[in-house]
Amino acid sequence: MNVVDLATVRNTASSTDYVTFTVGGQHFGLTAIDVRDVLKTQALTRVPMAQREIAGLINLRGHIVTAVDLRRRFGLPDRTSEERPMSIVIEHKGEQFCLLADSVGDVLALSANDVEPNPTSMDDAWRSISKGVVRREQGLMIMLDIATTMNLAA
Amino acid sequence: MDDLISEFVTECTESLGLLDQEMVRFEQNPNDAGILSNIFRVMHTIKGTCGFLGLGRLEKVAHAGEDVLGKFRDGALPVTSEAVSLILECLDRIRTLIEALAETGNEPAGDDSAIISQLRAMAEGKAPAPAAAAPAAAPAAAATAATTTATDGGFPVAAELLEECAAAEGDFPVAAELLAEVAAAEQTAPAAAAPAPAAVAATPAPAAKAPPQTEARAESNGPGQGAQSIRVTVDVLENLMTLVSEMVLTRNQLLQLARANEGSPFVESVQRLSRVTSELQEGVMKTRMQPIGNAWNKLPRIVRDLANELGKKIDLVMSGEETELDRQVLELIKDPLTHMVRNSADHGLERPADRTAAGKGDVGTIKLSAFHEGGHIIIEIADDGRGLNAEKIKAKILEKGLATPDELSRMSEADIQAFIMKPGFSTAEKITNVSGRGVGMDVVRSNIEKIGGTIQFVSTYGKDSTFTIKIPLTLAIVSALIVKSRNDRFAIPQIAVQEVVRASARSEYRIETLKGAPVLRLRNRLLPLVDLASTLTVSDTPMNEGYVVVCKQGGSLFGVVVDSISDAEEIVVKPLSSLIKNTPFYSGNTILGDGSVILILDTNGLASRLGAGVKTVETANVVSETRKDVRNILLFKAGQGLKAVPLSEVHRIEHFDMTKVEYVQGQATIQYRGRLLNLATLAGSEGIRTQGHQTVLVFGSDENQAGLAIDTIVDIIEDELVVARKSTAAGLLGSGIVGGKAVDFIHTPYFLAEAATHIETSSNTIAFGEAA
Repeated sequence: MNVVDLATVRNTASSTDYVTFTVGGQHFGLTAIDVRDVLKTQALTRVPMAQREIAGLINLRGHIVTAVDLRRRFGLPDRTSEERPMSIVIEHKGEQFCLLADSVGDVLALSANDVEPNPTSMDDAWRSISKGVVRREQGLMIMLDIATTMNLAA
Repeated sequence: MDDLISEFVTECTESLGLLDQEMVRFEQNPNDAGILSNIFRVMHTIKGTCGFLGLGRLEKVAHAGEDVLGKFRDGALPVTSEAVSLILECLDRIRTLIEALAETGNEPAGDDSAIISQLRAMAEGKAPAPAAAAPAAAPAAAATAATTTATDGGFPVAAELLEECAAAEGDFPVAAELLAEVAAAEQTAPAAAAPAPAAVAATPAPAAKAPPQTEARAESNGPGQGAQSIRVTVDVLENLMTLVSEMVLTRNQLLQLARANEGSPFVESVQRLSRVTSELQEGVMKTRMQPIGNAWNKLPRIVRDLANELGKKIDLVMSGEETELDRQVLELIKDPLTHMVRNSADHGLERPADRTAAGKGDVGTIKLSAFHEGGHIIIEIADDGRGLNAEKIKAKILEKGLATPDELSRMSEADIQAFIMKPGFSTAEKITNVSGRGVGMDVVRSNIEKIGGTIQFVSTYGKDSTFTIKIPLTLAIVSALIVKSRNDRFAIPQIAVQEVVRASARSEYRIETLKGAPVLRLRNRLLPLVDLASTLTVSDTPMNEGYVVVCKQGGSLFGVVVDSISDAEEIVVKPLSSLIKNTPFYSGNTILGDGSVILILDTNGLASRLGAGVKTVETANVVSETRKDVRNILLFKAGQGLKAVPLSEVHRIEHFDMTKVEYVQGQATIQYRGRLLNLATLAGSEGIRTQGHQTVLVFGSDENQAGLAIDTIVDIIEDELVVARKSTAAGLLGSGIVGGKAVDFIHTPYFLAEAATHIETSSNTIAFGEAA
């Protein structure tokens, strides 16, 4: 399949909206229905002794939400202190979480046909969090699997 | 479900609990007509209402029960234990039916002819035959009752007559029940005020209420007195509580802002808002308050059944049932309390024969009391049973490998008894039906600590045991100390905090280390410390200055070292997210007034961390030299100047309770691991203290030991042991330099020899240092 023609995709009834974001230069997509909110950097309260993927706790309008640093989750190098992450608030198993990404892009409407299965050569760790790959002009975009991403023990 | 049915279920659940209690009381005072008429009336009400609602099965069972009660009332039937058991069984059946009714909205199918015929036979005076069958059937009925949980959607309120309701319906449905409810709350109110208390009061009802039924009917005709309370579902209250908690947080935030902007025109409004919020919070909390008696009302029945089962005579005395606490807390302490009362009945109290042999009355007493103290509620469970046998506990500790004999030997009896609260410990010799299923006091303790409570106990072997539970009135809002450790802030619930001590190198309180483990000397006791920053692996450098938050957990004191104390704040505890729930040392989190999220420290977890730390200190005591010339040298104070002794020559460092010192032929001794340990002192030192604790160095081996009572331990450092100048003083080897300081070295063989000769020659007091 060729590079996705966004204009045609948007008009397809069976399309799904995806929020795109980058982590460590890699493009990711997340079904928009899972995303509750996108926020700028929030004050984080770190949690000593927690798993290293846990970036800390944020106060999201009076609710305490745990932030997961996707860089660490994906085994990428840490951000420098000047780089401010973006927070993507999701709901998973009835609880709100916050995913820290480097930047958040557009919302794309993609149909199931646009998503290709994970290439066999893909890194095992990444394959576990990927539901498939979409080819875009900027490069490949990984469709994030929330369930496996939030399973930190894996 | 039909509204009428659900209301009926709620009321019956409540009145059955009371009936259980009343029956037990009735068995003890069979001549009390007041109690009997209460029981009779409640049973009658159930029967009547069942008929009204078309619940045939229930009606028949209740009817048969009522017949027996009627015979009691007429004096035609003696009140025997069998008869009471049968009535209780009948109540169990009713309860089972009501639970099924609560679940399905319909009466379950089934056959009650067995119990009905037993009851009929009993009523006709043919007691013996059914009596034999009754005890066998009772546990089964009780078991079914236990497995089904009552779906009590509303607040348990007074067991008013449903007929009243039905009669008043359309007019003002709630009025009658409300009157009853209010009256139940004020049990002391005159009988004329309302009819219900006679039926529901757990405390003895005044005799004046003898004919309550007629009053009830009369009262139900006068609903015009106005509603003084209404029935509200628990969900609404829970939701209100959450909202108010949020509001309190926002209020705190606003207050903080107002404080920062003194002249702002908002300040005044914020203060008013603050006051109103406080009142609102108080008001909402009040709606959630319930008398603790609600958690107790099953206990008399449980104790009675236990007493029968175990062949004991037990008197359960309860006081302070009216003490109120948050219903959430109430729910959470119900099980631990039941467990503890069972424990007292099963393990605490002896059999009548054993009691008589021990010179006690054959009836054992379990006293349950509750009262308010500060923002807490105190519950005491006391029994005059056999107390805790420290020797038995010791054996068990060794068997389970929870401590080494060495560790045990330096523990006080209270320390050893405290082991019953430790995980993996249960003293029950045989597993009875009642308790001893491996879940012991540690479960009780952790359940109580989970809700921010503490549990302590005092027990005298052979005499009594008293358990004291201290729990917060409410869970939603707790006051906490906000502490800072490096760049992180944490909240420590104030219930765990005893005091805060400022520690610095120059002040009276100094943080010292015993082989790497930090300790603080606090009024004659060594307080083990947990350095928060290093415990949370935030920093490697241990602190020697800062604040020590002295916490109490599971009966032992320990200190948490933090950089500073920022504030004390009321916080709303929120549960941890699933991702960090399993992280040690946190019990929850909250949002502070300034909007930042803060973690709440779990002092229990920190204390358990300490267990590992303490162990390292103890093993360190017997560490011998590792490098050739450099040795571990213990520096201590006893009289003028520093004293030193190679750690390898110190068998143990003990911390004795000096009130246990005994004088044998003028020589101070202390019982130590089944032997008498001579205590010596050095000239110029404090000598043997007569009270409190004192550190004692124990020299020698198990065969020949000597103790040296010292003032304080200064440090353990690694250095070469070089005696520069020989000493002629007895007990001193000479002096030298250790860690840059001049010290006198102790000559341990001298003390050992003295101790040995003392045994043989029984000489008089040996004052070392002066002897030569």
